[in-house]
Amino acid sequence: MTVANNTNHSVGQAGSRLLSRLVDMLQSHWKVLVVGIPFIWLLLFFLAPFIIVIKISLAESLIASPPYTPLYERAEDGVLTIRVIFENYSYLWEDDLYINSYINSLKIASVSTVLCLLIGYPMAYGITRSSPTTKNILLMLIILPFWTSFLLRVYAWMGLLADQGTINSLLIWLGVIDEPIRMLYSELAVYIGIVYSYLPFMILPLYANMEKLNMSLNEAAADLGAKPTIAFLTVTLPLTVPGIIAGSLLVFIPATGEFVIPDLLGGGNVLMIGRILSDEFNSNSDWPIASAVAIVLLIVLVLPMMLYQRIQARERQNS
Amino acid sequence: MPQQTDYSYRPWLDADAEPFIKLRGISKKFDEFTAVDNVDLDIYKGELFSLLGGSGCGKTTLLRMLAGFETPSSGTIYIDGVDMTEVPPYARPINMMFQSYALFPHMTVEQNVAYGLKRDKIPKDEIKRRVEEILSMVELSDFVKRKPHQLSGGQRQRVALARALVKQPKVLLLDEPLGALDKRLREQTQFELINIQDQLGVTFVVVTHDQEEAMTLSTRMAMMDAGKFQQIGEPTEVYEYPESRLVANFIGSANMFEGRVTQSDVGHVVVTSKELDVEFYTNHPMSIIEGTKVWVAVRPEKITLSKTSLDASTNQLKGVVVDIGYHGKTSTYRIRINNDQIIEVSVPSQKRPRGERHSIDWDEEIYLNWDQSSAVVLMK
Repeated sequence: MTVANNTNHSVGQAGSRLLSRLVDMLQSHWKVLVVGIPFIWLLLFFLAPFIIVIKISLAESLIASPPYTPLYERAEDGVLTIRVIFENYSYLWEDDLYINSYINSLKIASVSTVLCLLIGYPMAYGITRSSPTTKNILLMLIILPFWTSFLLRVYAWMGLLADQGTINSLLIWLGVIDEPIRMLYSELAVYIGIVYSYLPFMILPLYANMEKLNMSLNEAAADLGAKPTIAFLTVTLPLTVPGIIAGSLLVFIPATGEFVIPDLLGGGNVLMIGRILSDEFNSNSDWPIASAVAIVLLIVLVLPMMLYQRIQARERQNS
Repeated sequence: MPQQTDYSYRPWLDADAEPFIKLRGISKKFDEFTAVDNVDLDIYKGELFSLLGGSGCGKTTLLRMLAGFETPSSGTIYIDGVDMTEVPPYARPINMMFQSYALFPHMTVEQNVAYGLKRDKIPKDEIKRRVEEILSMVELSDFVKRKPHQLSGGQRQRVALARALVKQPKVLLLDEPLGALDKRLREQTQFELINIQDQLGVTFVVVTHDQEEAMTLSTRMAMMDAGKFQQIGEPTEVYEYPESRLVANFIGSANMFEGRVTQSDVGHVVVTSKELDVEFYTNHPMSIIEGTKVWVAVRPEKITLSKTSLDASTNQLKGVVVDIGYHGKTSTYRIRINNDQIIEVSVPSQKRPRGERHSIDWDEEIYLNWDQSSAVVLMK
């Protein structure tokens, strides 16, 4: 009896000791946990796939499953052969199609970013300056489109822009035009689609930036003799540069690799790298080329960002 | 021999002097709320004028109308004889020092100060000279390349002052200029402000909620409440001769005794309080109709305490000490009199208490006396 009692007792003790040690560990290492979990998540679901894509981009296309050559082979005599080919990358250089689609993607993304900035900046400014109740309503209206699927909204634009679509029908009914204007399946449609879809990503960081601005700075500028335009150019604009950069990156990066909008609204007429990638992967089943396209796209997008960050870090050091 | 009066230091006493800033019938309404209610005000050249009042009294709105950030709902603002009511802020010969200082965070001290001069298209070397000059005046010559976030609160305050002064405005507006500084720095800066104002001869208009600050700084001050001026005058005038209970209580503290006028002769008034069974004999320039309800206000430092009765028939009360606050240079005694009213008495610590902690102790019975010239009779 006594023995059993003892063991019971010690088991209970061990259990509570374990629990208290766990709590201790949580208390002293919670920072590691908070940072560690997302870190592991990114490692598993971003870095690992990325390495796999790099691996595929260095392989040769095959009609097999999977449709590419393995990275290494162990021959019967035990010799390990690693096969790495860079032909996929050199092929991208040789074919104008790829270079042109990269350039066109960057052009469309840049122009869309500038358009978003031109439309979004005054909107963000207006929201910042409105009364608290109006402010909330306006912010709500900016976020509202996210409640509908992105794909559905792009389809809706197809309905609006089509030859027999809403806009053309309305214009013909009003007698403004006799024949429908061709809007769908053009670069114009892609611009409309991208600017419409990514505008909130420009407005929200700009708003967050402007909201922090002290309104008395503008008054101080006016008080010191600056007319409204000058006050804007010398005070408001320089102080909203962080918002402009954040918003522009949030629009530019996804717009460059955009697939759905050029595919649905641009049809075959608009060359963008996202569509090329999808074609290589799905229609041609050329996984290595598709992977190489993806890697180059990533480099094209990441390099300028890294450069920007380095410049910022240096500026911060200087000040 | 007739005395020649020199008004150069006190132009408001001179009936012929032309005010530098003239407000006539100024009102400002925000929707239903009236922030400033039909006020007239004259401020003379070279004055250091304070607008004093609690929050929401309209003092800041009045200052913002002078700066041009708000347009009056009605009335006219003249500055140096010119109607400025509709002139936008950037075209007014006025600069303002903001409560938050509103320094441009992306510019250095030098650029902040030069900002206003650049807007006036002043030649580069003159800008450089004037910026250097004003920065050496506020003792910031070693900090020209710093950004505002690299400065202390006092330094920022001085940058803001330099930035507003470098344009040599006709009027400098200061919105709670010392509010963000700690007590020691505030006292020191008060005198610096006065010196700078004296040196440059610029007319200063200061908004503050701190009555001590207003009294130290100002040539004259205006006490505001509910969008109206309660009293305008020199600090001593407003402190020693408040015109209403509101002013007496806001500027300094005052003990109030309610009563009715029982006798009024030239130069003095007798007020009787039935509740306290006492007569107050107070100097007063005008006669008041007998029976009028009035208040006798006595400042805490005007009352003397004694352990024995002075056999005075008037201006004497008896009470019990309920609280003693020792502040170092003064002590505050809180004394309950027979209608349970608490009277505050401030006593300077002239002698060190020997043996006991206080020469007058808790629960001690004590007599309060004051001179007939020390109290004020208030009608409202």
